[in-house]
Amino acid sequence: MIVPWGETRLVQGNEAVALGAVAANIGFFAGYPITPSTEIAELLAQYMPLLDKKWIQMEDEIASISALIGGRLAGSKSMTATSGPGFSLMQEGLGYACMTEVPIVVVNVMRGGPSTGLPTQAAQGDVMQARWGAHGDHPVIALAPCNVKECFELTIRAFNLSETFRTPVILLPDEIIGHMRERVVFPLKEDVHVVPMPVPDVPVEWYEHYHESTSNVSPMASFGSGYRYHVTGLLHDKHGFPTRKENEVIAKMERLKHKITRRLDELEDVQMHNVEESPVIIFAYGSVYRSALAAQAILKKKRKTVGIFRPVTLWPFPDRTVKEMLDSKDVILVPELNQGQMIHEVERMTRDSVRVVPLHRIDGYEITPEEIVDAVMEVI
Amino acid sequence: MSATIPYEYKYLRSKKRFPHVWCPGCGIGIVMGSIIRAVDTMGWDKDDIVMVSGIGCTSRMPVYVDFNTLHATHGRGLVFGTGVKMANPKLNVMAVMGDGDALAIGGNHIIHAARRNIDITAIIVNNNNYGMTGGQFSPTTPPGARTSTTPYGMIEPAFDVCKLMDGAGASFVARGTVYHVTELDNMILKAFMKKGFSVVEALAPCPTNFGRANRLGGPVEMMQILKDNTINISQLKAMKPGQTDGKIVRGIFVDRDSISYMERYEALCEKAKKAAEAKK
Ligand SMILES: Cc1ncc(C[n+]2csc(CCOP(=O)(O)OP(=O)(O)O)c2C)c(N)n1
Ligand code: SF4
Ligand SMILES: [Mg+2]
Repeated sequence: MIVPWGETRLVQGNEAVALGAVAANIGFFAGYPITPSTEIAELLAQYMPLLDKKWIQMEDEIASISALIGGRLAGSKSMTATSGPGFSLMQEGLGYACMTEVPIVVVNVMRGGPSTGLPTQAAQGDVMQARWGAHGDHPVIALAPCNVKECFELTIRAFNLSETFRTPVILLPDEIIGHMRERVVFPLKEDVHVVPMPVPDVPVEWYEHYHESTSNVSPMASFGSGYRYHVTGLLHDKHGFPTRKENEVIAKMERLKHKITRRLDELEDVQMHNVEESPVIIFAYGSVYRSALAAQAILKKKRKTVGIFRPVTLWPFPDRTVKEMLDSKDVILVPELNQGQMIHEVERMTRDSVRVVPLHRIDGYEITPEEIVDAVMEVI
Repeated sequence: MSATIPYEYKYLRSKKRFPHVWCPGCGIGIVMGSIIRAVDTMGWDKDDIVMVSGIGCTSRMPVYVDFNTLHATHGRGLVFGTGVKMANPKLNVMAVMGDGDALAIGGNHIIHAARRNIDITAIIVNNNNYGMTGGQFSPTTPPGARTSTTPYGMIEPAFDVCKLMDGAGASFVARGTVYHVTELDNMILKAFMKKGFSVVEALAPCPTNFGRANRLGGPVEMMQILKDNTINISQLKAMKPGQTDGKIVRGIFVDRDSISYMERYEALCEKAKKAAEAKK
């Protein structure tokens, strides 16, 4: 037994990702080593042969993500793990997986960038690359854990969402989360919901590789299961064959968008603390959310109430909830381990009268609760 | 040629996907014919065949054949195929690629596929240039040749695909041409039969780009060049020094039995499980 179901263990964030992948029934891992994600590949190299699952170290990250797509098309749940420079190389494959609607999971343990940057230190500099890194309009689902237990849970959720929406899902722990160790009480196996790979049940001649309705995806047949079909990154019709017909091109592109935007309820995941009663809000995600919680407690002792808004699902951005909950606030402080990325989304969803204030840290270290407290005291 | 008619219906997506995109006189369709004949001889079920490709004129081939087909990204056919093979080793995986696809943008992948000896057959259609994008030079463009990006002639040396693959560790390496079709059929068949990584380089004309840029004439003249400028490896011994100058050698250069990647992976799983058992 690799996943310590029902037991309490001290585990590392990256280790919890690897265990989550096993719990989600990963069948194939392909990757290329890079700090601070390497433990995920190393642990899976240990676990997967024991389970007769496939693991391979490829020659680079482009090869890794390409192999993943092939692996999932041939019927194995597939995941890779990387960090900034490798994530940049994976954009080609991410775009292809979005276009061809192949479910895969990509873990990007965020380190300081750009380029080789700060290999061993934390950042949240890839949230916009996760959203817009691949060329062309495309759907994206990205989740950001804030502790080790969530690394386990959100990895399983990433697999589940990728199967449900037939699209790649990106897990975005920052280096602090990937490398921290915490006590985790693992759930019982029967309490964990794992979405199996959907399989078509229609006769071969009725099979349509892509669904025509805007908010649904059709179960994807695997290579070798008797449903022969074509996969291409070219714009394609419902059978997967290339097309340039205007109506088919528009239908495909709209569907790629709407399969996400029409099912936001299944994707949105936010945590709010004292948001309704506070005119001042801290908007934080990932490791920074932990500091925000600590800052809130310090401020409470000083008889200052602040609310916290935390998106767990970063993409799609929780537009409606942000508008509804934050649009009438006085001040929103957005601490981030970058020079200001998600802050633009907050600004986009709030009217001009709301003061949206950044707090950056770009030296590879965490944003401390005290820094957040000071920033709050300055703005109120 | 009448013998090919039954194959059309059995292996081609004949009703839906034709006419094809290739120019008149292009060599790629001939390679497709060879592949289909070899597949038929193998007796594989179409459901168990996966054809992957990258991007280019050659890489358009999967759309026409009624297998499980995967038209990937430029240069990546082999690595998509590696994932397919690992996830389901029962599938017969072949990768068709252009010379640019296989050796420029995909150059890193092909040497590692050969080194790993992954159970895939790679079929490289070498037309000495980038056909799809209008005839720029490729890693197999001969020195001095004109292409749209070598208006003063190619200054870089060319790869010898077969030597490269031999050095990198492929189990089977052969070179044929689309003029010598029976020979090519046989090479592809032998490649399919080989476990591990097998490579067939098929020399083919691109009259539209390479032919025109180098004033080589039309499709017929380019076929004549393939006939005149190549010799079979079996003819080598009988030839005097000097007679072989400027000739490209056809034939099977590597045919060795080595343990394939999937065999090694399976053994690894057994070893890991035994070690874990012993620890208990
Ligand atoms: C990443 C990327 N770079 C460039 C291209 C443009 N491109 C398409 S096909 C091709 C070259 C094709 O040449 P080759 O592989 O020899 O195939 P051929 O068309 O000759 O069969 C290029 C450069 C692309 N599609 N993707
Ligand atoms: S451009 Fe060249 S390689 Fe492409 S289809 Fe035409 S002849 Fe064939
Ligand atoms: Mg070419």
